[in-house]
Amino acid sequence: MSTFDKVADIISDTSEIPREEIKPDSHTIDDLGIDSLDFLDIVFAIDKEFGIKIPMEAWTEKVNNGEAATEDYFVMKNLCTRIDELAAAKA
Amino acid sequence: MLLEYFQMIDRIIAVNDDVTELSAQSTVPEKSPVFEGHFPGMPLVPGVLLIETMAQASGFLVMTKTGFKLMTFLVGVKQGKLRTFVEPGTPLDITATLEHDGSGFAVTKAAIKSEGKNICDASLTFKTLDFPDAKFAKMIADRAAELGLPSQFLPK
Repeated sequence: MSTFDKVADIISDTSEIPREEIKPDSHTIDDLGIDSLDFLDIVFAIDKEFGIKIPMEAWTEKVNNGEAATEDYFVMKNLCTRIDELAAAKA
Repeated sequence: MLLEYFQMIDRIIAVNDDVTELSAQSTVPEKSPVFEGHFPGMPLVPGVLLIETMAQASGFLVMTKTGFKLMTFLVGVKQGKLRTFVEPGTPLDITATLEHDGSGFAVTKAAIKSEGKNICDASLTFKTLDFPDAKFAKMIADRAAELGLPSQFLPK
């Protein structure tokens, strides 16, 4: 199963968003409407699934400082790329 | 245990070396204004205060894990089960286990038993944020010390 499929399944299970609505170009916040509390549950599930620790605080700080756009981290395909990078770095 | 002041933990009994487990004890007071309303003539500890007791034990665990650099705020209660009534005078054994130490959040599993009998358990999610100021952080660490948190876990 691809990273995208695993993450989409987690989001669907956690937030009750229909699985078919989750696309690689979906913005998890702007398009899927995931709120911060549901996002905590999703990050928890992703951390466990991939054995990583998504650096949410660092990402948020970069977005707030204008060093990155929310799309860089929170569009599904980009989020999955970051997850793959974190998993590879840990391996 | 002073229910009306939300002082739910009487003593921290132990924390393991890698700060993933904490055990604590409390005894439900014989009298409390809380029991005047919950319920008149039938005093029972409100379930939300049992959740709060598990949250405070978990909070001390997570704050200890961060060296009292971050404060915990309860944001989620999952699989909460309140298994039996808790009456005045009941001794409580509280345990908290760190399930996940995330970035900006933590998840624990917590439980309360009394004389070996399961009282309640839940999975609790916390946001971790900076303390509002150093004075507040010291007050919380001092409170942990008063409750018996071993000195090696306290800020130097």
